Amino acid sequence: MALGFLGGFKLTFEHLGRRRVTRQYPDEKRPKQPRQHGRHVLNRYEDGMEKCIGCELCAGVCPADCIYVRGLDNPPDHPVSPGERYGYIYEINYLRCIHCDLCVEACPTEAITESKLFEFSFTNRADAIYTRDELLVGDDGRPQRLPWEDWRPGDDLLTSGWMRATSPSGAAAYEGEVQWSGELGYGVRAPEGGQSGRRDDVATGTKSLREVMEAHLVPEDIPIEHLGLRGRLARAKESARKKRDKLVSSRRRRTEARVGR
Amino acid sequence: MGLEDLQHNFLTGRLEDLVKWARRNSVWPATFGLACCAIEMMSLGAADFDISRLGMEVFRASPRQADLMIVAGRVSQKMAPVLRQVYDQMMEPKWVISMGVCASTGGMFNNYAIVQGVDQIVPVDVYAPGCPPSPETLLHAILTLHEKIRSGEITRRPRAEQSGSEPARPERPAGWLLEDPDALRVGTPR
Repeated sequence: MALGFLGGFKLTFEHLGRRRVTRQYPDEKRPKQPRQHGRHVLNRYEDGMEKCIGCELCAGVCPADCIYVRGLDNPPDHPVSPGERYGYIYEINYLRCIHCDLCVEACPTEAITESKLFEFSFTNRADAIYTRDELLVGDDGRPQRLPWEDWRPGDDLLTSGWMRATSPSGAAAYEGEVQWSGELGYGVRAPEGGQSGRRDDVATGTKSLREVMEAHLVPEDIPIEHLGLRGRLARAKESARKKRDKLVSSRRRRTEARVGR
Repeated sequence: MGLEDLQHNFLTGRLEDLVKWARRNSVWPATFGLACCAIEMMSLGAADFDISRLGMEVFRASPRQADLMIVAGRVSQKMAPVLRQVYDQMMEPKWVISMGVCASTGGMFNNYAIVQGVDQIVPVDVYAPGCPPSPETLLHAILTLHEKIRSGEITRRPRAEQSGSEPARPERPAGWLLEDPDALRVGTPR
């Protein structure tokens, strides 16, 4: 009888020993998915020219009709974009945008891409319409950090290019290879991979996220190579690597401090 | 006598701060999920984001005990009167967060079945964009609402008939930017 009463607390006591999962959001954020769809950015070339040529394909493809673009002929003495025209009005209504990235797919010049920022809210509808001045990247190729948005380090990384899951044509032979040009402010993005195994998880940020999640997965969702003896071996290797990295970095810091003195 | 009859002085000023602090830290949302956004709203209440940190973990099943209505999802024309009724049953002070693009503007459902923006039915305080907004976005909206409660008056939206004189209405922006909830009636969507 008494045991039955205590048995009800089994789950409670089990959870007492577990790691806390709550993220203290305003102070602390979960890592973002490497290809999270967030607020758009309008990109520039290295020479400061805008990539947008005002073709309105993004506005045409948008299922929510949230983009409003007007193209204008480039002034011949000081052109804004290398093409014939440029987007002199570019507005996105974020109370309509569903972040489907069809505009990014449609854009012929990679002018519009999406950053990883997703934390913003408005107190009236007019504020939600972002204009071209707010969407354009700065001279360094990074998105502008507008005051009402909650930018954290890393959110603005690798936002000026977007890569398809496989290749543009869908051919598996191109999987995991960089298909797009270098990005202003970031260089060339690391290739992502899927089924072929040719992948760089560290560079694309995929693996760290998986590690964060795995502790809270149900057992059948944990990959087989992380279970049993193999998993124990992998974890031992991983912790040895972490220890080694820590040792190396502390040694380097000490050396640097000594050099500094 | 309601709080709106108070004359301002130092004491009531401090009292107002106290009231606002109390309101800010116990915004109880109504249990009112309409579509997929409600899933994100539920995950906001779960352990990962845990809005009991902000004193709002109790999703009240009765609108009488709720302060905040999170309109989570698209509002169909049939649901609109129900939504308005839930809002009317809530006690003052009450706030509304329009969560997601469907609730805010109809989003990609630009058709006859969906209300194009829940602000046609109820006055919205904070809009959270996204489809659906991640729990972080909703938390950002909630923090924006906290800021709004902190900086606003403790009496909510003094109506013209209460204050006795017609307050100067701000000039309307473009035609579709409806900021005046009083001008709209339930059941006659535009």
